[in-house]
Amino acid sequence: MKKIAMVGVGNTKVGEWYERDLRDLTDEAIAKALSSTNIDPKEIGATFVGSMSSGLFNQQEHLSALIGPYSGVKAPALRVESACASGGNAFRVAMMALHAGYCDTALVVGVEKMTDLIDISDVTTALGTAADGEWELGAGATFPALFALMMRAHMHKYGSTLEEFASIAVKNHHNGALNPDAQFQRPISMETVMNSRVIADPLRLFDCSPISDGAAAVILTREDLAKKYTDDPIYVTGSGAGTDVIALHNRKEITTLESVRKATETAFKMAKIQPKDVGLVEVHDCFTIAEAVALEDMGFCKKGQGGKISLEGETALNSTISVNPSGGLKAKGHPVGATGIYQTIEIFHQLRNEAGKRQVTNNKIGVTQNIGGSGATCVVNVFSRGD
Amino acid sequence: MSVPRVWRRRKVLYRLEGAKCPKCGKIYFPARERCLECNTTPLEEYLFSGYGKIVTFTWVYTPPKGFKSRIPYCLAIIELEEGPRLTAQVVAVEQNDVSIGMPVEFAFRKIASEGKEGVITYGFKFRPKGYPNHAK
Repeated sequence: MKKIAMVGVGNTKVGEWYERDLRDLTDEAIAKALSSTNIDPKEIGATFVGSMSSGLFNQQEHLSALIGPYSGVKAPALRVESACASGGNAFRVAMMALHAGYCDTALVVGVEKMTDLIDISDVTTALGTAADGEWELGAGATFPALFALMMRAHMHKYGSTLEEFASIAVKNHHNGALNPDAQFQRPISMETVMNSRVIADPLRLFDCSPISDGAAAVILTREDLAKKYTDDPIYVTGSGAGTDVIALHNRKEITTLESVRKATETAFKMAKIQPKDVGLVEVHDCFTIAEAVALEDMGFCKKGQGGKISLEGETALNSTISVNPSGGLKAKGHPVGATGIYQTIEIFHQLRNEAGKRQVTNNKIGVTQNIGGSGATCVVNVFSRGD
Repeated sequence: MSVPRVWRRRKVLYRLEGAKCPKCGKIYFPARERCLECNTTPLEEYLFSGYGKIVTFTWVYTPPKGFKSRIPYCLAIIELEEGPRLTAQVVAVEQNDVSIGMPVEFAFRKIASEGKEGVITYGFKFRPKGYPNHAK
């Protein structure tokens, strides 16, 4: 199969953009992506928008029509939704369209504008729709609660500790402090995490990713057209996705995400790589437990060791494997539907040696892992340079 | 949650009604229309005993809309003794009372309320097994 190339990227800084609306945020991302290549907007064959819940966050649906034309891109557009993996799946759907020959170039935009809701319980409820609405949310579950259920089961089964999970937050804030586009740019201490208030026991505030606004855009094309748009394209060498039952309680195991295993297996097989070949990975750390479980289920460590390897420094910037060099969802921020695209943009910059102070030196192969809900959906992509 | 969504789930919410396949015997919670194992439809009504044990649990401090009245509350994944699992609140417990593996039983309780004129949802929560009724 011919590879797909990423030739241009653009994004806003992640943050709380009270003074800007959804379409101006996406316009910044699209304009930056277009101007990062020498592409004419008329050459874009299709637009794919990843967004989780603009209906609940902004009382706005039909983003496919709202976004592209506002930025001067009138290509046929489609919105893709799979909760927090909306960005990752929009990226995959764009690749499918390119492979199928429906277009030669595609614009993929991820966006979420979460701060239009003032009451925090409205935000919690909107995010909660990514779980089973009737049988999880209906019983009083929230997203932090679902991951807390997973975390306590993990601690019980494997003896993992609060300290191990806290070290994930500390590591990601360290990286975020080196990323000018991150929402949080200050390092934090273990004490800060462990002493922060309880959100859903055993999860503390600093185990959780923030509520964020942000938009991110990438331009994809076929391998044979890539050099027309940039001298240094980044190629997708493997892609996989997995889907499991939506409710955490119906999964075979509470602490293993089958969707992640499946997506990783498919993507790594396509890219002909093993976990040890990967220099850097952007994983979906919506909560610290999610990073630990992701690393385990992707095969970067033994089951139960995902927090331990962080505490031991194995996942720090330029150590054994650089995990979340961008700061991850935890520090870079988590505009849910845009997250999958932000992850690919981080890999793009890292593989092109454009990542500044957080540059990873082992940057031949980069991987993204983007989950939706409590892990019912997962998208994994493998990237490498052309040389 | 809207009236139709609560109303159509009333039997499951009020008395833990599930479904059993008359052909292959597979049981489901909550009730569903078609057997996923052998494609049989319709399925028979199946009432669960109401007994189970805690698989994992949390204490929720930041609730969704409609759950503000009692914070924190204990939320757990419960495995019913017949096999299926569900998510529910555990009541009549203090923070140190709850543990993984703890036996619990069905308790009919108020679940959520939506403002002054909204729907009040009733349904299943769980309490420690053998908890005395009207103890106080």
